[in-house]
Amino acid sequence: MTAPAARPEHRASGAAPQEGSDAGGAGLQRSEDGAIATIRRGLRLSPEFARGLWLTLLLAVVATAGKVIVPIAIQQIIDRGLTTAGGRPDIDFAAAVVAVCAGTLAVTMVCAYLMNVRLYRATESALATLRRKAFRHVHDLSVLTQNSERKGALVARVTADVDQISTFMQWGGLQLIVSVGQLLVATVLMAVYSWELTLLVWVCFLPLLIGARWLQKRLSRAYLAVRERTGDMLGAIGETVMGASVIRAHSTEERTAQRVDTTVLATRTAQVKAQRLSMAVSPFAEMIAAVGNAAVVIAGVLLGIGGGITAGELVAFLFLMTLFVAPMMMATEIFNEAQNAIAGWRRVLGILDTVPDIADPGEAGVELPRGAVRVRFEDVSYAYPGGPTVLDAVDEEIAPGTRVAVVGETGSGKTTFVKLLTRLMDPVEGRVLIDGTDLRDVAFSSLRARMVMVPQEGFLFDSSLAANIRFARPEATDAELEAAIEELGLADWLGGLAHGLDTPVGQRGESLSAGERQLVALVRAYVADPDLLVLDEATSAVDPHTEVRIQRALDRLTHGRTSVAIAHRLSTAEAADEVLVFDGGRIVQRGTHGELASRPGVYADLYASWVRSSA
Amino acid sequence: MPHDSTSSRRPGQAVFRRGMYVLWVAIRTEPLVFLVAVAGAGLHAAFSVGSASVMGGITDRVVLPAFEHGSTTAAALLAAGGLLLGVGLAKAVGLAFRRLFAGLMQFRMQARFRRSVARTYLRLPLSWHHRHATGQLLSNANADVEESWRPLAPLPMVIGSIAMLAIAAAAMVITDPVLALIGFVVFPVLALANVVFQRRVSPVATRAQALRAHVSEVAHESFDGALVVKSLGREDTETERFTEAAHRLRDAQIHVGRMRAVFDPVMENLPNFGILAVLLVGMWRLSTGAITPGDLVQVAYLFTLLTLPIRSFGWILGDLPRTVVAWNRVQAVLTAQGTMPYGDRRVPEGRGGLRLTAEGIGFSYEDGYTGGGRDLSDTEHTAAGHSTVLHDVGLDIAPGRTVALVGPTGAGKSTLTTVLMRLVDPDTGTVRLDGVDVRELAKGEIARAAALVPQSAFVFEDTVRGNITLGAGIDDAEVWAALRLACADSFVAALPEGLDTPLGERGTSLSGGQRQRLALARAVVRKPRLLILDDATSAVDPQVEAQILAGLRETDLAATVIVVAYRRATIELADEVVYLERGTVSDRGTHAELLERSPGYQRLVTAYERAAAERAARLEPGEGGPEPHGLRPSRPAAAGGAAQDTDQTRETVR
Repeated sequence: MTAPAARPEHRASGAAPQEGSDAGGAGLQRSEDGAIATIRRGLRLSPEFARGLWLTLLLAVVATAGKVIVPIAIQQIIDRGLTTAGGRPDIDFAAAVVAVCAGTLAVTMVCAYLMNVRLYRATESALATLRRKAFRHVHDLSVLTQNSERKGALVARVTADVDQISTFMQWGGLQLIVSVGQLLVATVLMAVYSWELTLLVWVCFLPLLIGARWLQKRLSRAYLAVRERTGDMLGAIGETVMGASVIRAHSTEERTAQRVDTTVLATRTAQVKAQRLSMAVSPFAEMIAAVGNAAVVIAGVLLGIGGGITAGELVAFLFLMTLFVAPMMMATEIFNEAQNAIAGWRRVLGILDTVPDIADPGEAGVELPRGAVRVRFEDVSYAYPGGPTVLDAVDEEIAPGTRVAVVGETGSGKTTFVKLLTRLMDPVEGRVLIDGTDLRDVAFSSLRARMVMVPQEGFLFDSSLAANIRFARPEATDAELEAAIEELGLADWLGGLAHGLDTPVGQRGESLSAGERQLVALVRAYVADPDLLVLDEATSAVDPHTEVRIQRALDRLTHGRTSVAIAHRLSTAEAADEVLVFDGGRIVQRGTHGELASRPGVYADLYASWVRSSA
Repeated sequence: MPHDSTSSRRPGQAVFRRGMYVLWVAIRTEPLVFLVAVAGAGLHAAFSVGSASVMGGITDRVVLPAFEHGSTTAAALLAAGGLLLGVGLAKAVGLAFRRLFAGLMQFRMQARFRRSVARTYLRLPLSWHHRHATGQLLSNANADVEESWRPLAPLPMVIGSIAMLAIAAAAMVITDPVLALIGFVVFPVLALANVVFQRRVSPVATRAQALRAHVSEVAHESFDGALVVKSLGREDTETERFTEAAHRLRDAQIHVGRMRAVFDPVMENLPNFGILAVLLVGMWRLSTGAITPGDLVQVAYLFTLLTLPIRSFGWILGDLPRTVVAWNRVQAVLTAQGTMPYGDRRVPEGRGGLRLTAEGIGFSYEDGYTGGGRDLSDTEHTAAGHSTVLHDVGLDIAPGRTVALVGPTGAGKSTLTTVLMRLVDPDTGTVRLDGVDVRELAKGEIARAAALVPQSAFVFEDTVRGNITLGAGIDDAEVWAALRLACADSFVAALPEGLDTPLGERGTSLSGGQRQRLALARAVVRKPRLLILDDATSAVDPQVEAQILAGLRETDLAATVIVVAYRRATIELADEVVYLERGTVSDRGTHAELLERSPGYQRLVTAYERAAAERAARLEPGEGGPEPHGLRPSRPAAAGGAAQDTDQTRETVR
């Protein structure tokens, strides 16, 4: 009577469908397509869905047809087997009917098996493709777009959102096919027996189907409330763990407990409310089935007296009506899942619709020859979308092999300068040239090979030290890695690690200290062997020992290369060949540390206050 | 932490017994709700079987006679219709009660246990928290509690189904023992197939779930490191890594699908084969006159009704293993031992700073400390697997003094601050505030008198105001004063809703330095008489840090201040320096004194200068300009000199 994994009781139990956050994010496209258009585009994106779909559907039709075999058998036996000419039941006829029906059932079972296997294979393959495309596209987006949405939401695009489609395909979608098929086949057979009674049955059940749609809208609101309350609750409980020491230090246990209680109760209330809606369908379906049964019996008998229907047909009718109840009971859940799936699909499409604003010229791109890099900024200006100008007509040149420090207060434009230099963003006006070529014309593969940026936070992957360093150059051997570490003057540090290169770094590198993470990032950059090195100096204080190591590694890393470093500590500026001083989006001073420090100006002020605070 | 009591010789049985116990706990806790749900289930079950009898009866007494004689009575029709309606109504009522109360029971148990778990987290000492990973604890409160009570939703239905089977069996035997025999073959086979299916699909489904989590982890990590991926041009290999994970998930899902594809048609059609058998045997029974056609219809109808209830057993059986594992995890939290006993003494009343004394403090971390990723993650513990030990640490800090706690990585500075605040108790030794042993103080007394600002500041999911007051009745003027002192007033004033701006995951996110300043304001607003700053301004610009520290000295707070610091400017602000090395106080005195007599201290605080000097030596000489920073002679650092310094700093900054 019910099809695969039909667990209405489970599904409605507040296990609210998982959902990837609705937060659209400023930089991301939101697909505005309607449901049908979304599905059509989704199907086109993953051709595996449609491949051989007609055969799957054909199998589904045959499998569904199996549902009416039993009522037919009952009808045949009551009408033609109960009484023969001799007034005795015709066992031979019954045996023949049963044999034929059993054979047919077996065939439909095989079809059901094949349909299921094909459906799973097609949908899972298609969704894996969709995941891969979306994942790749996220990486192709510019840093600006990636940051405009929370990272968690991006992850949801390739996980929870796709899972939602998957759940629908394998439960809701399958149910939809089976239910529609079931209603169709039952209706056709009923109509063969009696169109009048068929009409009667539909009149009874139609309001339920319409009501289900209405209910589903309220239900999805109720589920949304459950998700929101659950989020609050998990946040509050999370604080008891993550804020454990603060709570104890300020002795706010009681207040925290009350906050937890409030959110837990709010969640429970929302769950109960959603469940009240979701469970309402089933009793109604029971009632309507009862009304339908009563109406069919009364009308059927009256009809039968006039010869419009046989006894067997009437009894078969009652069996066929059970085929109506299950689809009706599940209709709200199916609608709900369909809606979630379409929303999920729309979000995934939204990612794919977002055009990467920093595009790789690809094949047409210029390949740059190796060797120290000359950098030229030609009247470069930049403003964030909808924001004020943060970099204003900067026109500078950096000679090959120069070590440049970039200094300035927060918001002076120094970070923007570096982002434009590494082509994490493109200028609004002007051009950035390396070795005379516009950055926008350089193939990414060539650009990444020649220029490496070491960000402020040395992000590491949850793997070994070696794997993290090798991230820059997968073919590097252990010996090469060790040589690199040695050359950067870090052999003593590596020697101090119990497992050497095999040391696991933990999630996001958290088994190492912040300073050690920075060291790994520097080694990684060294192994990549770039011609232009861009560094964003770490701001958080590390212990002096590591500080010295970092300094030593940096000196050797930048040796003989063009390098540009955002200097938060002015000791870095002291060591540089040249200093670029930013203020209000412009370069206001340029020169060696010695020259700048001795002249009154922005740099001298910065330096004076730094000296006071650090010595 | 995952305890698994399933390691006995017959794991299946052990899981089943343990699972039943878990269900029993729920029934015992919510007996009334459970009874109502079961009563509803019983009502539904009884009338479901009843509906089959009604069908059979109507076939025999109304339908067949009417077709035979070509006439019927209004009374017969009305009786038939009324019976069908009545039975339907009873079923609907039963169903409504069953589902409503089953859900209520599940949600109540979830809520109850989430509260208990959260309260346990609040009760257990910090040392316990240090031994458990954050992610694990969060999942205990969330997924594990949910998993524990998942079977409660279908439980009443299953109990109703047992009743239904019993009633149906009786009804069939009464109707015709021979036809009943078919049922006695078909339904046990169905139940068995069900159990086999659940047994076989459950590990595969669990594997798929784990792979789903893996896909998510890969995506999370890869997007977190997007900048590194981009700057090294590794998009292709990352996509490959992700695709591999996605394909493994795909294969596992297809495996689950293939099992479903086998079992679902079997489960669905076994009763149909049963009905066909009933029809065949029933014809023979009819021919001998043992049954009526109505009996045949009734038994056949029962077969269609019983399919779903039988399957409901599978739902619970399938859930039990996960339920048991989750329950064991939750129990491990709820039964965790360890409390911090409190006394009933109060910190002596008075104004101004507290005298802080510590004698013979010894402390060692137990194995399994999880290190980083929580709010007390001081660098001492982040190197995997090495635990810090304090031994025989003594301190005597006079009221109102500012003391810098200095030492190399791993010296135990952060650990010492948590001991001084009694976030953890030391293994040996005593900490006294104004002469009172902190262990004799009443709960909340230390928090009333002292405040600790950790290096990584924790921000609550609350407004700025809520984050500062933490629910205490503190007026806005005081909040602003504290923000000013922490140099946080300007950025708070610039927030869209000022003090009412929500912070945290769903609110505005702050930079590391802003968070630290907020945490500092949270501490000073309480007017502590002892203030401990554990490298609490590391993410703040040096200039702002100097301003904050100078402000602290100038207020009427007059608190005793302990500062854990790396920056020399910070150290120089202190009246006295305590130099900690390998878990013990190696020396104490003024900065100048230590610089002179403690080689370790000297190495530590001049590390930057030496590095700069090294570099300066490599630079071409005679570039002009002032002397490189590292070659400047170090200045006298007496308290007075330091204070003078700060004044200047304040002037330049303002």
